[in-house]
Amino acid sequence: MNLVDLTAVELAEKIKGGEVSAREALEAVFRRVEEKEELLHCYVTLDREGAFKRAEEIQKKIQAGEAAGALAGVPVAIKDNLCTAGMRTTCSSRILDNFVPAFSARAVEDLEAAGAVILGKTNMDEFAMGSTTETSAFGVTRNPHDPERVPGGSSGGSAAAVAAGECFFAIGSDTGGSIRQPASFCGVVGLKPTYGTVSRYGLIAYGSSLDQIGPLTRDVRDCAAVLELIATHDKKDSTSIKREDTDFTSALRTDVEGLRIGVPRDYFGEGLDKEVKAAVLKAADTLRDAGADVEEFDLSLVEYAIPTYYTIAAAEASSNLERFDGVKYGYRAEDCQGLHSMYKKTRSQGFGAEVKRRIMLGSFVLSSGYYDAYYLKALRVKALIKKAFDHAFRKYDVILGPTAPTTAPRLGESLADPMKMYLGDIYTISANLAGLPAMSVPCGKDAGGLPVGLQLIGDCFQEKKLLRAAYAYEQAVGGFGTGKEA
Amino acid sequence: MANVISDETIEYVGVLAKLELSPQEKEAAKKDMADMLDYIDKLNELDTTGVEPMSHVFPVENVFREDVVTNGDDRENILKNAPGEKDGMFVVPKTVE
Repeated sequence: MNLVDLTAVELAEKIKGGEVSAREALEAVFRRVEEKEELLHCYVTLDREGAFKRAEEIQKKIQAGEAAGALAGVPVAIKDNLCTAGMRTTCSSRILDNFVPAFSARAVEDLEAAGAVILGKTNMDEFAMGSTTETSAFGVTRNPHDPERVPGGSSGGSAAAVAAGECFFAIGSDTGGSIRQPASFCGVVGLKPTYGTVSRYGLIAYGSSLDQIGPLTRDVRDCAAVLELIATHDKKDSTSIKREDTDFTSALRTDVEGLRIGVPRDYFGEGLDKEVKAAVLKAADTLRDAGADVEEFDLSLVEYAIPTYYTIAAAEASSNLERFDGVKYGYRAEDCQGLHSMYKKTRSQGFGAEVKRRIMLGSFVLSSGYYDAYYLKALRVKALIKKAFDHAFRKYDVILGPTAPTTAPRLGESLADPMKMYLGDIYTISANLAGLPAMSVPCGKDAGGLPVGLQLIGDCFQEKKLLRAAYAYEQAVGGFGTGKEA
Repeated sequence: MANVISDETIEYVGVLAKLELSPQEKEAAKKDMADMLDYIDKLNELDTTGVEPMSHVFPVENVFREDVVTNGDDRENILKNAPGEKDGMFVVPKTVE
């Protein structure tokens, strides 16, 4: 058996039990990186030296019988928009090409405290703006299931690295589906927690009211175990929530008796691929057979989520990205005549096309004369969308549907038509607008062998219900990737 | 209604966004923005009279703390990232004549 086929929790147990050393685990993962990385390009930065040094430290602790943490010695990949002290953090943008943070994101600190070993930083869409990882300034990442296809995005490098065994688990961020959609395309588990559950301190902001950090893992147990570690209250994030119910692994029960699952009819209409639809409905049947009460309902307002999202996300992005001005860090254009020329040249040369497009749109919707008509209008519709979910969750514990309308598209197909790419987010973005927890789990493959993702959405703070449904489904199909799902 | 973005609007938004677009980028931006606004106009189908704009999904209260410095002096590490640095300060192009 190859070590890289173990889950993070299984590996942690073997390391703790002395069966495998932290160094051996790291060697196994780097062997896989050497085999696959040239083709797939999951990483922007790899830190081999730092990782081995850290593995030694962890191993010493274990051998001395000291508490080394729940995931002691387990190699993890971090999305390149989370700051890592002393390790280059680029957001896959030219403007941060040479940025080395002086501090780490809280989620990174939490993982390090648990003994995880950071391998490197994963590729992403520039500033997390995109759904394919193709807007990265450092080249595309390829889908491990078919290298001619995208891994999804924006956490595409993280999802591909997990699927390819180039790490044992990864951390991503999700503003409109950026954890769940790549998890779906790469056949792994991805969860976006309730807004405020994971501290955003040290996450380079895109849409601050929507951004959440979450895990990408091989199975549901890993997902719960990692979430448990990073769901910590943090004074440095004013939106961080103090939660008492973060023992997420306690939710891993195989029974779903009496769990009320709602299947929104409006998630199965026009634009949904037939094979995706069949796989997702089959998963619903599996949960029904396992004892859940599954019924269809009308969620409403689904088609208004995308225009609402792009207005709000672009507005927040235009404000958040003002900080990239060539003064304190990152790229600075040469030959500037004065300060304003430096700002403009630096930003124009440093940002890619998609980032500029969203900054322009955001600046417009916030500008005097348009603020009410666009930005405030979107915030009003957001309130209506939240209300529609509140209404649904009075009746259901979990909402079940597809994560994305299709399986992974071919490289180059999406960027040619940005509007079409935006439409691909239709099922994921509402959870961000309403602050809800949502996860994607693999539910089989299409005829071309590409993974399909099942999305489970819960009411605020109900991650445990999602994990329970996901775990029961995983057990019922005999595990993900076994070919029994579809 | 189809939105048309004028040259003046793109020029003005470029000033707000602190971006200097090439003539080709300007033309593309006019079209992109018009397409997006046409799409966003779909929101006008909904009557939102009397609906309060929702910025946060939970009631958020301001988080206060004592104004006490808790972090150490990290000047050296921070300045390492500066594109221009001199005597422990950031260097920028001349701003006043």
